Amino acid sequence: MKAKTLATTAVLAVMAGAPVMADLVFPSLSYRTGPYAANGIPFADGYADYFTLLNERDGGIGGVATRLLECETGYNTQKGVECYEATKGEGALVYQPLSTGITYQLIPKATADGIPVHSMGYGRTSAKNGSVFRNVFNYPANYWDGASHAVTHILNENGGDISGKKIALVYHNSAYGKEPIRTLEGLAEKHGFELLLLPVDHPGQEQKAQWLQIRRERPDNVLMWGWGVMNQVAIQEAVNIRYPMENFIGVWWSGSENDVLPAGDGASGYKSITFHNIGADYPIYDDLKTHVVDKGLAAGAGDALGTVLYNRGMYAAMLAAEAAAKAQEIHGTADITPAMMRDGMEALEITEARMAELGLPNFGPEFSVSCGNHGGDGFGAIVQWDASAGSWNKITEYYQSDQDIIMPLVAEDSAAFAAENNIEAACN
Amino acid sequence: MPDQLLFAMEVALNGLMAGVMYALVALGFVLIFKASGIFNYAQGVMALFAAMTVVGIQKGQVPFAHLINAIFGTHIHYFGWNVPALGAILLTVIVMGLFAWVVNKLVLKHLVNQEPIILFMATIGLAYFLEGVADLMWGADIKKLDVGLPQGINGYIDETTFNLFGYGFFIDNLDITASVIAAILVTALVLFSQYTKQGRALRAVADDHQAALSVGISLNFIWVLVWTIAGCVALVAGMMWGAKSGVQFSLSLIALKALPVLMLGGFTSIPGAIVGGLIIGVGEQLFEFAIGAPYLGGATQNWFAYVLALLFLVFRPQGLFGEKIIERV
Repeated sequence: MKAKTLATTAVLAVMAGAPVMADLVFPSLSYRTGPYAANGIPFADGYADYFTLLNERDGGIGGVATRLLECETGYNTQKGVECYEATKGEGALVYQPLSTGITYQLIPKATADGIPVHSMGYGRTSAKNGSVFRNVFNYPANYWDGASHAVTHILNENGGDISGKKIALVYHNSAYGKEPIRTLEGLAEKHGFELLLLPVDHPGQEQKAQWLQIRRERPDNVLMWGWGVMNQVAIQEAVNIRYPMENFIGVWWSGSENDVLPAGDGASGYKSITFHNIGADYPIYDDLKTHVVDKGLAAGAGDALGTVLYNRGMYAAMLAAEAAAKAQEIHGTADITPAMMRDGMEALEITEARMAELGLPNFGPEFSVSCGNHGGDGFGAIVQWDASAGSWNKITEYYQSDQDIIMPLVAEDSAAFAAENNIEAACN
Repeated sequence: MPDQLLFAMEVALNGLMAGVMYALVALGFVLIFKASGIFNYAQGVMALFAAMTVVGIQKGQVPFAHLINAIFGTHIHYFGWNVPALGAILLTVIVMGLFAWVVNKLVLKHLVNQEPIILFMATIGLAYFLEGVADLMWGADIKKLDVGLPQGINGYIDETTFNLFGYGFFIDNLDITASVIAAILVTALVLFSQYTKQGRALRAVADDHQAALSVGISLNFIWVLVWTIAGCVALVAGMMWGAKSGVQFSLSLIALKALPVLMLGGFTSIPGAIVGGLIIGVGEQLFEFAIGAPYLGGATQNWFAYVLALLFLVFRPQGLFGEKIIERV
């Protein structure tokens, strides 16, 4: 009894003498319930599993354990804001709102609180201009990049000439769905194609009128900015009217297994834009299996590894962890604050050598972030669904979006935001 | 024939087909409202639950697998067998019957003689509860419905109209199937309510609860019966809509499509649900084709359906086939 008391006292004394290292807190605004849960669950699992891997394998980041704070938003903007308010006091380093609506609400709040926001492949596109949006990042690609990637792919398939062709955009009739229109209008003017706009009302279960119009107008290509049930219905309707699936390209939020599987074999050939690779053929998956899944620590059932959205969640966590490590390096401390995290994100550089070191060779494009460029270099690729194999195949290399079209739009939109909010664009 | 007229005919035909799909959802609402005066907010979620149950049973999925695994540390997900589609549908009918019995036993029985608004609120609670149970029971992933429903363009109609007009009409085989099933369903429901003892009892309860009770009709039995029938209608609607989009949470939102149909057709008429569905379907599609898409930027179907229903309400508040409300002072 006496020895036990002595030992306890000794342990407490050692603990009191050691410097206190708080956990590195990463909130996860997930949506595991509601109409979009099927997409939210694999993303949240990938995000959580990566941090679990870091803790189990490396002891965290820079020797400090990570702590995931998961909060259920149900993909509801109001709940997302509540989650933000409920978790920001816990030392949250970066928010990934996982919804364009929540992102728009968090931009002023997080900026005032000095906490960075990372909206990867969604949110306000002009946040790419870091001199205006000091705390908001949207690397490695945004919607305007995506629109350009799709058009470049069509150009490449047509020998560089698409003048006189007709391209239809089937889009969710919301701020998100309307995002690519300005870019596509600019690209239509530049390349001489006709743009046909076909909005679909939320949630998108009934699209007969839109697809009858596509059947009549016979556009050479159809692009889709959809979400949730709209994606599955659109792909099924395309199959029904026998639209050539290889001419149908969805944005990355319309390109998961969930979107194509309900249409069965007919969905084969459908394409999607992406900013990261797919599948589980990467060394990191061996580590995930050893340190997370086999130990029973996986956030989900462990059966989503390698799926599009799991990979995206894992990639988002990896980029957050890399930025945290960068922040530790810049500030010379392992115990970083949200302001330091922001600095780390702004100095982030993702190289192929680093990706290979992380067990993700050829997984995503190389890019670097700077004050003037919070959006990365706008690289993306095209993947195609093979229904018989039940898998996506990357059919192009990563290529850059049309910066001549996109950068003036970014400058214009961010300048308008700066004027509305009395922000003086600056890098300091 | 001018192209625009041909397109308009194609749109109208497809609108009629879409209307049948709306009517399938509306029928469930009508059945319960007619028999008990309850506006069943949970009807859409019942369609989701039924469709998920069909797929779950068919694929041999272990119900509540995630919960079981989380509690006991197991890794079970499937029983390892597949049930034929018809077997899965029949088992789901039994599940919907059990669901009706539980709802009556735990909720409705305790709310007899309460205000309609209380009963409506109870169904809101039931909807959210059932949503959670469905999620927990079968998982939130999107499931492919594989019960052999035909889909895609109908070749015969395409070819025939092409020979006639030089333009082949698109009609989805799934919509044709839905129309046939709806016709069978309505006929069966009408025959049931007119020519069976239970059907007559159901109509008696619908007319006057107190009078029906006084002649020995069991209200509990009738409510279980009508909720079971509504569950079966929800199963049909869930399968038809699930075939289009995969079986997923959004199926619960199809109830939104039924509301204008009910406003137009009346809450108490089975033929009203069908005719209302057809009018809404064809009206919204033609409006989108003629005005919405060319002049208003498109995506007008959702709100136009409600405008159309409101217009009917102004002139006929009880709906096209609803019973006229006369209250003497």
